[in-house]
Amino acid sequence: MTKQIHLAAHFPGVNNTTVWSDPASGSQIDFDSFRHLAQTAERGKFDFFFLAEGLRLREAKGRIHDLDVMGRPESLTVLSALAAVTTHLGLAATVNSTFNEPYEVARRLATLDHLSGGRAAWNVVTSFDAFTGENFRRGGFLAEADRYTRAKEFLQTARELWDSWASDAVAADPEAGRFLRPGGVTPFRHRGRHFDISGLFNVPRGPQGHPVIIQAGDSDEGREFAASSADVIFSRHSKLEEGRAFYRDVKRRLAAYGRRPEELKILPAVTYVLGDTEAEAAERAVEIRRAQVGPQTAIYFLEAVWGRDLSGYDPDGPLPDVEPDLDEGVSKGHAAFRRDRGELVAKWRALAEEKNLSIRELAIEVSAPQTFIGTPRSVADEIDHFVQADAADGFIFVPHLTPGGLDDLVDKVVPLLQEKGVFRADYTGPTLRDHLGLAPRTQDGIEETS
Amino acid sequence: MTLHLAVALDGAGWHPAAWRAEGARPDRLFTPGYWAGLVAEAERGLLDFVTFEDALGLQSSRLNEPDGRLDQVRGRLDAVLIASRVAPLTSRIGLVPTTGTTHTEPFHVAIGIASLDHVSRGRAGWRPQISGHPDHVAHFGRRPPFPPQDYSGDRDPVFGEHVLGLFAEAADAVEVVRRLWDSWEDDAEIRDVATGRFVDRDKLHHIDFRGEWFSVKGPSITPRSPQGQPPVTSLAHDTLSYEFAARSSDVVYVTPRDREDAAAIVESVRAAEAAVGRTEPPLRIFADLVVFLDSRDAYGRKARLDDLDGAELKSAELDGAELDWDAHVFTGTPEELAGLLLEWREAGLEGFRLRPGQLPHDLVAITRALVPALQNAGAFRTAYETVDLRGRLGLARPASRYAA
Repeated sequence: MTKQIHLAAHFPGVNNTTVWSDPASGSQIDFDSFRHLAQTAERGKFDFFFLAEGLRLREAKGRIHDLDVMGRPESLTVLSALAAVTTHLGLAATVNSTFNEPYEVARRLATLDHLSGGRAAWNVVTSFDAFTGENFRRGGFLAEADRYTRAKEFLQTARELWDSWASDAVAADPEAGRFLRPGGVTPFRHRGRHFDISGLFNVPRGPQGHPVIIQAGDSDEGREFAASSADVIFSRHSKLEEGRAFYRDVKRRLAAYGRRPEELKILPAVTYVLGDTEAEAAERAVEIRRAQVGPQTAIYFLEAVWGRDLSGYDPDGPLPDVEPDLDEGVSKGHAAFRRDRGELVAKWRALAEEKNLSIRELAIEVSAPQTFIGTPRSVADEIDHFVQADAADGFIFVPHLTPGGLDDLVDKVVPLLQEKGVFRADYTGPTLRDHLGLAPRTQDGIEETS
Repeated sequence: MTLHLAVALDGAGWHPAAWRAEGARPDRLFTPGYWAGLVAEAERGLLDFVTFEDALGLQSSRLNEPDGRLDQVRGRLDAVLIASRVAPLTSRIGLVPTTGTTHTEPFHVAIGIASLDHVSRGRAGWRPQISGHPDHVAHFGRRPPFPPQDYSGDRDPVFGEHVLGLFAEAADAVEVVRRLWDSWEDDAEIRDVATGRFVDRDKLHHIDFRGEWFSVKGPSITPRSPQGQPPVTSLAHDTLSYEFAARSSDVVYVTPRDREDAAAIVESVRAAEAAVGRTEPPLRIFADLVVFLDSRDAYGRKARLDDLDGAELKSAELDGAELDWDAHVFTGTPEELAGLLLEWREAGLEGFRLRPGQLPHDLVAITRALVPALQNAGAFRTAYETVDLRGRLGLARPASRYAA
């Protein structure tokens, strides 16, 4: 059977994937940029629009990292505004489970679900970072080993809060003088390792019952968490073979939780470059990567791994001859490079020697290349192939330009996918669960099957 | 000079039985269209801004616990998200959501309100509010139990001490939020291709706040917003809350019972400003009024709502009142209200925040009858002069406190 593809759009991130030096690069904070990208995604009948989050600006060597696009809004606030200028597009917010409390997060997500007519999604992320904790009441209170136990319990608690209102709890019957139905709102009581709370929740159940849950972790624990609790996995495995391995592994885990494979959609984050010919696309891809890895970014990239100041080295010269300082981490608030730096340095040195690469060339070589490079036709074929070959259920596209970075994908590739009959020509329902083919979440936690 | 006029939106209106009145839309309270319609109506009436109530617990007619009532509106959407949802559908009116200072992280509030200011192009405000509700503490499980609230004349000393702490914490929260709003200077983003720098990091600042309740490092993750400092507004009833307003707010809502009381309160607010050594522009003082407006027999309409609810909504004496039920209740014609507002203004008030008893009825009476009456008296604008809320309130846009 031909699988239907799911597509999502990621607002360009605060890292070097996003090219700001291009004259076509617009504001990363002006609402018009969000509006343009969201409306383009909706024109392309995408499943959802995704906003990332980071609760502290990145720092290196004790100073704020200044080379990449930075400065983001609070995701739920902007998504609520986008709900006013879109009609069907799902709206996915990244919300941290470490520096928030379930009562507040549950009510804000339920609110977004109401205000968008059932289009809310929550990307549950974790953090154990004392660095980020410096912006919050509790500081770095959570041990690394506990971040998933807290995230899991957080989500479970949020579900209990959402379920504490029956879907028909609001009677709003003036004749009978009943605003609430008797028994419609049940007191909640959660007693667990991370949360001990009780009382009455104060937002009626949203149109989707529960918002769509997205999970991005890749560790064994993260995969297990997703298999037990998520509707969508935001995966990093965008190559065909590793994508298939990941897909098999995660889908296999679902049965243990009484779930069917189609109840969890696997969507790798991907980038793309189009050209009129394959050669033109390849040439543009190289240009974009050079723009993504400028001379200063190349040095910064190596410093994060070497753990020392490399500003004296020429980005167009050979790799640093000094040994890495493995005790000293210079880059904070940056997820990559936390482990095995010594191994990495050895690997990069070998690669640079083999291909005769400068610092900047190496940085370009080892940083993520675009996933799909080609003509609209070849890219559409490749997307379809990945999905039909069970390397993914669809993709989250991360454009490299704000706000026009999705335009050609939607104008040129999406129509070809629609022609093939593997992507919707129009939305068939109003909610994000409809787009993803997920049943509404009923109060007893059982997904209705049809 | 034009009077400032705001409207406080909450549920079906401020009368507990408003949802049962003819024309009410109780089945629409949790839909975006309901809120968008109300705010568009307020904007048609050229009002300065609307406020949105919020709390981290279910509404209750009891001060310290849930009341189990099924015959009043229960449930509330997040105020910041409602404000943001209506922002793209409006273009001039100010949007002022309430958030709590007791359980909510100041960092989250700072980026939320700054984002609302970006989305609305400079129309965001903020109303910080303490929460003394003992039952809401258990929704978070992070703080030791709170003593019962007691607003009676001879206030329980344990509660009195506790409230002092809540206000001191709220003042710290506002300080953190304001510092975070300034932590990106306006011209921090440089996009300098030659040096590869997106920002000038000397224009991004750690705020390094250390306090009794929290410490916040900063900077914000959100660039400085169109207004720089969205106006901070707070409701106040006594010296403690006047002093909080004098330290932390740009606008204060007070609750006089009559013109004389208004004059006395204005004097107290000015004394509070002096007591805390306020250096900011003087507080804009707004009086809160609950209003029931009809060309005839508003009193009768209100009495019918009282009957439905089984209790009379009245101007409570401050002593003993729950904080939300503190304001003078006006029933009469829009023209009579116009007269009262102009008279009270003489006591030194810059404006009023009207709490419509019943929505949309009393909002429509404000925009379509009260506003024309004030315009005829030359006391209210006939067009919006500014987009941003600070400008409308006569507040200049401040440079970042960290700017050299």
